[in-house]
Amino acid sequence: MMFRMFAIVAGLGLALAATAEAQTPRKGGTIRMTAPYGSSFTSLDIHTTQRAQDEIYAKALHRSLYIWNSAEGKPVLELAKEVTVSGGGLVHTFKLRDDAYFHNGRKMTADDIIWSYNRIMDGTKAYPGARFVRVIEGAAAVEKGQAKEISGLKKIDDFTLEMKLTEKVDPGFYFFTALTSIYPADEGAKESFIQKPIGLGPFKFVEHVPGSRIVLERWDRFYKPGKPYADKIIVSIMGEAAARDVAFRNKEIDTSVLGPAQYVAYQADADLKGTIVEVAEVFTRYMGMNPAFKPFADKRVRQAINYAIDTDLIISKLVKGKAYRATSWLPLTAPAYDKAMKPYAYDPAKAKQLLTEAGYPSGFEFEWTTSQNESWGLPIVSAVIPMLDKVGIKAKVKQVETAVLAEVVRSGDYQAFIYSQASGPDPQAALKCFHSSTPQPACNYTNFKNADFDKLVDEAGQADDPAKRVQLLQKANALLYEEAPVWFFNYNKAVMAVQPWLKGIQLNATELTHQNVEDLWVDETSPAK
Amino acid sequence: MLSFLIRRLLQTIPTVLAVVLLVFVLFSVVPGSIVSSMSDDSDPQVELRLKKQRGLDDPVYVRFGSYVAKLATGDFGTSFRTREPVTAMIAKRAWPTLQLIFAAMAFAIVIGVPLGFIAALQPGSIVDTLAMVVAVSGLSIAKFWLGLVLMYLFALKLGWLPSFGYGDGGLKYLLLPAVTLGVSPMALLARTTRAAVLEIMTADFVRTARSKGMSETRVVKWHVMRNALVLILTTMGLQFGALMGQAVVVEKLFSWPGIGSLLVDSVLQRDIPAVQGSILVVVLAFLAINLLIDVLYGVIDPRIRYA
Repeated sequence: MMFRMFAIVAGLGLALAATAEAQTPRKGGTIRMTAPYGSSFTSLDIHTTQRAQDEIYAKALHRSLYIWNSAEGKPVLELAKEVTVSGGGLVHTFKLRDDAYFHNGRKMTADDIIWSYNRIMDGTKAYPGARFVRVIEGAAAVEKGQAKEISGLKKIDDFTLEMKLTEKVDPGFYFFTALTSIYPADEGAKESFIQKPIGLGPFKFVEHVPGSRIVLERWDRFYKPGKPYADKIIVSIMGEAAARDVAFRNKEIDTSVLGPAQYVAYQADADLKGTIVEVAEVFTRYMGMNPAFKPFADKRVRQAINYAIDTDLIISKLVKGKAYRATSWLPLTAPAYDKAMKPYAYDPAKAKQLLTEAGYPSGFEFEWTTSQNESWGLPIVSAVIPMLDKVGIKAKVKQVETAVLAEVVRSGDYQAFIYSQASGPDPQAALKCFHSSTPQPACNYTNFKNADFDKLVDEAGQADDPAKRVQLLQKANALLYEEAPVWFFNYNKAVMAVQPWLKGIQLNATELTHQNVEDLWVDETSPAK
Repeated sequence: MLSFLIRRLLQTIPTVLAVVLLVFVLFSVVPGSIVSSMSDDSDPQVELRLKKQRGLDDPVYVRFGSYVAKLATGDFGTSFRTREPVTAMIAKRAWPTLQLIFAAMAFAIVIGVPLGFIAALQPGSIVDTLAMVVAVSGLSIAKFWLGLVLMYLFALKLGWLPSFGYGDGGLKYLLLPAVTLGVSPMALLARTTRAAVLEIMTADFVRTARSKGMSETRVVKWHVMRNALVLILTTMGLQFGALMGQAVVVEKLFSWPGIGSLLVDSVLQRDIPAVQGSILVVVLAFLAINLLIDVLYGVIDPRIRYA
């Protein structure tokens, strides 16, 4: 298996999943999901939004060329039946489905895919999916206004599409999110599309009440026989955890994402413990250190910081166990994650020794930029400061809004910052963020440059043998651990409460709330009609 | 009356212009680029093109001029996030916010004003003490906490009402958020009414009315109530404005689809045109309500019209 899953299912969650498999899915009913990451959906034009919040509804409404398969832990073909690779691994020829119908009843063809990818590369619109489509040859030229069509996309016939890439990568990792959803070429260009979107997904659009909910109903011409099971899906926007808690206990919603405090409360509640489902998501939380700030240019100082912090204590006491200890960059679910690798031990004496060797026996002072985030922000920084103080390092807090922090991180205008960054699902792409050729604003936020690391990542990119590739990436990940450009804090443990009548929940390591909804079903005990 | 109205309208114009200028200047100095609001993929060339396309690389006075010119035609600009016209985004949210605020205010008036009257008519009594306990509590309780308590009680424990959502916009969905939002103005109205009535009850003209043999009911109805209304209306007007701001918390808590939740998300994602538009609409609504209150003053007390 290319991508290992270390999904951990708590208590009855496991039993629920097992039972679900054993039962025959029931047709009908309403699934009531929640969108917990804000007070609204950004847009009904899913190409415009990169928020996890929006992909929750998009999983029901839209489809992309690939889809994330949580059981296999990797992207698999969705709108194509097969793909052949040629041209030294750069040319991918897709045999498209000939049974995929848009919600207006028109059959999808290669033209729709070409139209959608060209749209995403419109440089006057800055669609966030451009960073994925850019891997197709000629896409960047369209973005820059130097060409009108992506040269690397060629329609062989209505149901055969040739895609030439700029580098040897698995396109599945680039074309599985809703950011690259396929729109109907004729309808997608209309102004009305944003009010009443049309997709290829298992559910069609019914209603959007901005700031409150999206309602979708079953699309009977969905291409997977017998699916979807439910008649209707309601995705309610519920940004307040406490309100979600009441609604979940009141059986008004079927899913609820849990924060650290609720995680503890649900575990302690006999009635709710069994509803918990959890998975190690592909996000690494860390403190990034700017090598342009003199002390952080020395590897020994960066290592000292890793030794000086009692990370396990913070995870258990502050994060309430709702995280997995990070060893290096790649998360537990990555194929190149090395189980044998041990995280930095809590060893202040060793930290002191390293600081002395680096020429900082009395420590130094730095400014630490942070947001207020409860899991990777100010509360964590506040807990770490006394630990660093013990080895002589003084940290001054600079608090900013999360959106501003993102700007700070990209611009490099910091001495240190604490952040949460995607470290998957593609391990190659995740590690490439530390490649010296990756610009800081792209994702090399700590401006890491190491020739040995570059070589390992480059070789992994050229390797045809998957095992060899994994081995090289493991080495790169180990080198990152040794170089310690960051304090390796934790990997996010996503936790969701799921009502017992909702079956088929997938442990999606890319984002637990993103469910392939055609596989979900509700049994007859659901209170929703 | 017409000249009074025109005079008040003209007085509003400098306020509107000052607010427009303030909102524009404030958000012109906020750090961050347009691209960071639209995508986390920062291609400098794309950013430059977008800035040029939207006139964001023009000098600030040119941008302000263009902004005011567009505002004059009802164009609040285009959202960085959704690429939709901000006017359309606000229009979708305006009715739920108005529903919520009017319902909250109705609750506040229906409960608060009679409560204040009753308390004032029996000063020092148990009724007065209880009314003031309710009023002080209503002013002190945090809306977020109160909302959760109401959800817990009426949704989870009693099962009478849904705990969240807009549903069909009907009363059963509106009740809990409206009461949560309305408790604070209710308390303030109760206190204001009580104070106003107590003060008027000891005024010379009331004493004169009584000495002329007028019944207590007529005294209260014709002299006390009418005179207290000016102060009550002032409080109501101010509370309408305050509710526009306070609705943010309640809308978010109850997943109510109003302008408040739009504002919160726009701020968090630095969607500057949407933030500017939302703030301006709130301010304009506040000014409109105050204008209305001023007109009502004139109706209640003709002396104000000619002042």
